[in-house]
Amino acid sequence: MNAVKSPEELKSIKAGILKRMNEKETVRVKVHMGTSGLASGAREIYDFFRLELEKRNIQASVTSTGDMGYSFAEPTMEVKRPGEDPVVFGNVDKLRADEIIEKYIKNGELVDGVLPANYRTINQ
Amino acid sequence: MAREKMQILVCGGTTCSDGQGEAVFENLNLEIEANALENDVHVVHSGCFGLCSMGPVVKIVPGNTIYTKVSPDDAREIVSEHILKGRKVERLLWKDPSGNTLVKEDEFAGQKKQLRIVLRNCGIIDPENIEDAIAHDAYAALGKVLAGMKPTDVIQVIKDSGLRGRGGGGFSTGLKWKIAYKNKADQKYVVCNADEGDPGAFMDRSVLEGDPHSVLEAMAICGYSIEAGKGLIYIRAEYPLAVARLRTAIAQAKEYGLLGKNIMGSGFDFDIEIRYGAGAFVCGEETALIHSMEGLRGEPTVKPPYPAESGFLGKPTNVNNVETLACISPIILKGASWFAGIGTERSKGTKVFALAGKINNVGLIEVPMGTTLREVIYEIGGGIRKGKKFKAAQTGGPSGGCLTEKHLDIPIDFDNLTAVGSMMGSGGLIVMDEDDCMVQVAKFFLEFTVEESCGKCAPCRIGNKRLHELLEHITKGKGTLADLDRLKNMCLVIKDTSLCGLGQSSPNPVLSTLENFRDEYEAHVTLKKCPAGQCKDLMEYFIIEENCVGCTACARVCPVGAITGERKEPHHINPDICIKCGACMEKCKFDAIIIQ
Repeated sequence: MNAVKSPEELKSIKAGILKRMNEKETVRVKVHMGTSGLASGAREIYDFFRLELEKRNIQASVTSTGDMGYSFAEPTMEVKRPGEDPVVFGNVDKLRADEIIEKYIKNGELVDGVLPANYRTINQ
Repeated sequence: MAREKMQILVCGGTTCSDGQGEAVFENLNLEIEANALENDVHVVHSGCFGLCSMGPVVKIVPGNTIYTKVSPDDAREIVSEHILKGRKVERLLWKDPSGNTLVKEDEFAGQKKQLRIVLRNCGIIDPENIEDAIAHDAYAALGKVLAGMKPTDVIQVIKDSGLRGRGGGGFSTGLKWKIAYKNKADQKYVVCNADEGDPGAFMDRSVLEGDPHSVLEAMAICGYSIEAGKGLIYIRAEYPLAVARLRTAIAQAKEYGLLGKNIMGSGFDFDIEIRYGAGAFVCGEETALIHSMEGLRGEPTVKPPYPAESGFLGKPTNVNNVETLACISPIILKGASWFAGIGTERSKGTKVFALAGKINNVGLIEVPMGTTLREVIYEIGGGIRKGKKFKAAQTGGPSGGCLTEKHLDIPIDFDNLTAVGSMMGSGGLIVMDEDDCMVQVAKFFLEFTVEESCGKCAPCRIGNKRLHELLEHITKGKGTLADLDRLKNMCLVIKDTSLCGLGQSSPNPVLSTLENFRDEYEAHVTLKKCPAGQCKDLMEYFIIEENCVGCTACARVCPVGAITGERKEPHHINPDICIKCGACMEKCKFDAIIIQ
């Protein structure tokens, strides 16, 4: 990566990244892996999704992020189906993770443990 | 004909709304089955909507219709009207405080109590991927600053925004920057205080783990504004994950030319290094922090001179807390008036609180300043665990005080908390219920300060120890009424004569519990009773003869053989032998054992 040479260039880099992200929109899985998440087993869930999505031939990106602050429901994770709003699930164990793949990722059917977004963001 | 798939989300379950949510859930399922809709409509449990006083809450997707205060009997109408006929059940629709019906979640958004500025990217971006961060506006504010703002312009924006330090003191950030800017020197430093020491507070850790670039960017902006070339992050070594992610973030930012020499071609150089702390509470105090970074003992010194005049290595240094820095970029991008429009008269923006203790939804929340404690505990926090009664909430950690039922409706901000004898601190909020003994609570926090006192000045080192002994005395039933006055007097002396913030604030938990729960202290010293049943030395286990069936379960579980009695006859506990472990009470199936 060459160093960014001007604030203008940063803007075009941002635009480029956004364009790339939107072009190949697949299912996006984010496992919240801050200290609270990891302490409750988020690593296992992350590995599970990496492995199982590939095994089950589902096109998806799996990334790790920090925690959202839902300590009462860790491990938590987010799934975004193409063109839909992201959904956050809490208290995810392998059983629920399997359900999320089979029901939500494949068919858009919600499963237990949905955590509604009870906050506003700075852009709202 | 294939129907459109629908989902019904029901909040709560067993924890809130007295379990009504569960009954609603079951009835909805029964109705779905009765109408043979199992394949098209799914009912699932969901987490908290943050609308607990309106619970149980039911949400139907698609359409995001929200129904509140749904009773189990409403299930039939929801299914027959909404699901089958597509007509909304008007009387259950969620209404805003002025009585307007809100149908969709987009409209409902404006009514949400939480607003995420500091936590805006936590859980959203991959902290180890700078591209993801850039896509979410990381370094855009730095770009804006470098593209055409003078240092004084930036400082003016931060000053106008009304941002105050989130680490505890609440000093105006803009003013702090201005002072550091005015002190000329060949080298200046920007320090990020990530020595989060309050028990129960972990917002700084979450920000560093979830969105490290927001802090790096803000440090660079600060560096540009005060004309410093070097940034240092003082972080406790107990945060290994945060350290690892910061390191990655710094390396990536340097690779992209967003840190280092000639940032974005502007000619501005700024580099950031990490310094580790060993986790001493006092090192959160800025002078102690600077000494620790210099390799000296982590002890505070008298201010002035303030770090802005003579800080790290004797150079002008600006110290800001992680949460404060995380507010900087949005302020630059969205403007001072946007930020100043959130919050109360003298406290602007939002505050992250770490909810802990006897509350259902423990974790981090971020609310605009001025939100009441009632909203935080009952709306966002989901209420008190097991439906118990709220007793107090400790804010500001071991340096703060407790808020009681009469404080539930005051808007939380810097000044209001100080006015009622507590403080904002870093935002730890520990909730206590009716089962907590306030003398024990005060003792717990004092134990922490006794351990963390650096020992430099006598009032803090010796005074707090004596305070702790007095409290110990009281919880053992050896205190007198005169001790309460002695306690108060000593607190005031320690406050007045300690060198740094740690000592000056350490008696606060005692003073505030003494003020708000004097009757509880008096019960300990005059009646030798602990109203909450927590002080072991003041309780006595007792068997109610009428309830005891003589099953001998308690006698068998007693580790010291203090319980005697014939089979099928009422048993007795010998108080002289009893060690008050409580094993018998747990074992008894007939509620025959009580604490007196």
